[in-house]
Amino acid sequence: MKFLHLVSAALLAATAIPATAAEISDGKVKIGILNDQSGVYADFGGKWSVEAAKMAVEDFGGKVQGAPVEVINADHQNKPDIASNIARQWYDTEQVDAIMELTTSSVALAVQGLSQEKKKIDIVTGAATSDLTGKNCSPYGFHWAYDTHALAVGTGGALVKQGGDTWFFLTADYAFGYSLEEQTGNFVKSQGGKVLGSVRHPLATTDYSSFLLQAQSSGAKVVGFANAGLDTANSIKQAAEFGLVSGGQRLAALLFTIAEVHGLGLEAAQGLSLTEGFYWDRNDESRAFGKRFFDRTGRMPNMIQVGTYSAVSQYLKAIDKAGTDETEAVSKELHSMPVDDVFTHNGKVGANGRMIYDMYLMEVKKPSESKQLWDYYKVLATIPGDEAYIKPEESGCPLVK
Amino acid sequence: MTMVFGIPIQALLGQLLVGLINGSFYAMLSLGLAIIFGLLRVINFAHGAQYMLGAFAGYLMLAWFGIGYWPALILAPLVVAVVGIVVERFALSRLYDLDPLYGLLFTFGLALVIEGVFRYYYGVSGNPYPVPALLAGGENLGFMFLPIYRGWVVVASLIVCLTTWLVIERTKLGSYLRAATENPRLVQAFGINVPLLLTLTYGLGSGLAGLAGILAAPVYQVSPLMGSNLIIVVFAVVVVGGMGSILGAIVTGYLLGLVEGLTKVFYPEASSIVIFVVMAIVLLLRPAGLFGKDA
Repeated sequence: MKFLHLVSAALLAATAIPATAAEISDGKVKIGILNDQSGVYADFGGKWSVEAAKMAVEDFGGKVQGAPVEVINADHQNKPDIASNIARQWYDTEQVDAIMELTTSSVALAVQGLSQEKKKIDIVTGAATSDLTGKNCSPYGFHWAYDTHALAVGTGGALVKQGGDTWFFLTADYAFGYSLEEQTGNFVKSQGGKVLGSVRHPLATTDYSSFLLQAQSSGAKVVGFANAGLDTANSIKQAAEFGLVSGGQRLAALLFTIAEVHGLGLEAAQGLSLTEGFYWDRNDESRAFGKRFFDRTGRMPNMIQVGTYSAVSQYLKAIDKAGTDETEAVSKELHSMPVDDVFTHNGKVGANGRMIYDMYLMEVKKPSESKQLWDYYKVLATIPGDEAYIKPEESGCPLVK
Repeated sequence: MTMVFGIPIQALLGQLLVGLINGSFYAMLSLGLAIIFGLLRVINFAHGAQYMLGAFAGYLMLAWFGIGYWPALILAPLVVAVVGIVVERFALSRLYDLDPLYGLLFTFGLALVIEGVFRYYYGVSGNPYPVPALLAGGENLGFMFLPIYRGWVVVASLIVCLTTWLVIERTKLGSYLRAATENPRLVQAFGINVPLLLTLTYGLGSGLAGLAGILAAPVYQVSPLMGSNLIIVVFAVVVVGGMGSILGAIVTGYLLGLVEGLTKVFYPEASSIVIFVVMAIVLLLRPAGLFGKDA
């Protein structure tokens, strides 16, 4: 009888001992990349971000804590309602552990809210609004790559320094545009400049001539484009056509990456100042990464795509360190671990979820200066992370005391 | 300075001119749509894709063969017209006996496929296409800086619209076309090859879209999305003008371009919907459209 008790106790104990992979929910880690894959921002992150995420998983070895890692993706068409539905489905029925990328600020805000409610981690690389780590911050929400504040300080600051002290904005008519215009405007004013006016245009407008005429007649020295993707490319092309540049006005593409420079061509893009967090032709490490990415996709990555690589890597490192994919534990690691990979070597994450790292101020080369395809930037300056990003305690995030 | 509703008259003139330029594109595109609908009774959802194809044809001719803008202005529309003719002959013509919905669904699907293929190979950021040297630069008109190329677009579009209208309303070929839409059987009985007429009409309609595309290439980024951004607006133009009315499509195209231009001055946030507001009002007051005959 005693023997039987012992055996059953042993059996019970055996079943209660978790296998290593059991610390990982459902036996695998599933990362969802949710972004625009068919609209105006499809080159900005798009399927190239999905590829970057897959590279990160492969570089990590395909497994974390013995459990396989899977990347799935979907196109949210820049619509917060569609994005929320996909995110809900991923969390509720497809065992997705974290959602990343989230291009378009309105989408990122919606999905971050949902993720907090579902107690899941989200890492935004593709959206810009600093509200994600400001008044809308989440204990499980993180913001990688860039934000409106960093762009305002980087590009805005550089142009004011060069004497561009009066501004007129062309602003995309949604959360991201407002936030970018407001922060750049505030920064310009704090440096002694003036904002003469602004005009708001619907997302995915094709013709900007009428807005450009308003910018032209304002007499501002700098015309700031608080829009992104194809919208910015079309605005810049048409600004040159309407003689804004030859009339002496400077153009500031506040959010412009190497993907859009490539699309616009150096002829139209030359001389633009812009702020990015990554450039492939900066050192041997970035060149090697750029080449690997190019071999897979036929293009060089921008900060959104390498940022997604970094976010996925860091998430897997955090799971590895925590020994589980449980949200609280992983969030704790993500908040405390330094970020050290090809994207940045001195990144740190603030209590508001903001990943703080050095940004670069670039100038687009003249066609005559470019030696090969994708040889597009001169790195003018490094903007230290603590200058580029709002200090967590000043961000307005209720989680920071 | 004279003011109109708080806007300097000079700024207003500039905006009206810009509206006219956009109206030129609307007019050319809705003209093609109206012709196709008027004669084939097909709602050609592939029109935006054909416009995009025209721009890409120009871009690829330059990139691959070094063919410049002026030859492309003839060749690109021809390429698109040939593609259109092939599509009509082998697919669309089989749907004429079915409910018009099938033609709509087919062309809609076709547009998605064409755009998807180009998006796969060329991304969405688009490709640059240079303004031809002859039309580069701009002219200061006093009230605004007019890029010469944009002026050319207005002129070209007026010529194209007038010629097409004259051909259809005033020539023998045009009278065959119009007769064939009224009563295809009777026209066929007179020995006129009606299926051929329909094929050529679809070719003409898509060629017009291709022409608008190559005209637009130096102005906008040559992007796979350029057509889908425009097509819905153009449909609204056709509906406001009266389905199938060729003159209606042309006049409404220019008019709505102006209305949109004015909206961009007074309340820019509404500029993407103002055309649909106009459409709703017109449909309430005149269900057949401004120039349509009551059915």
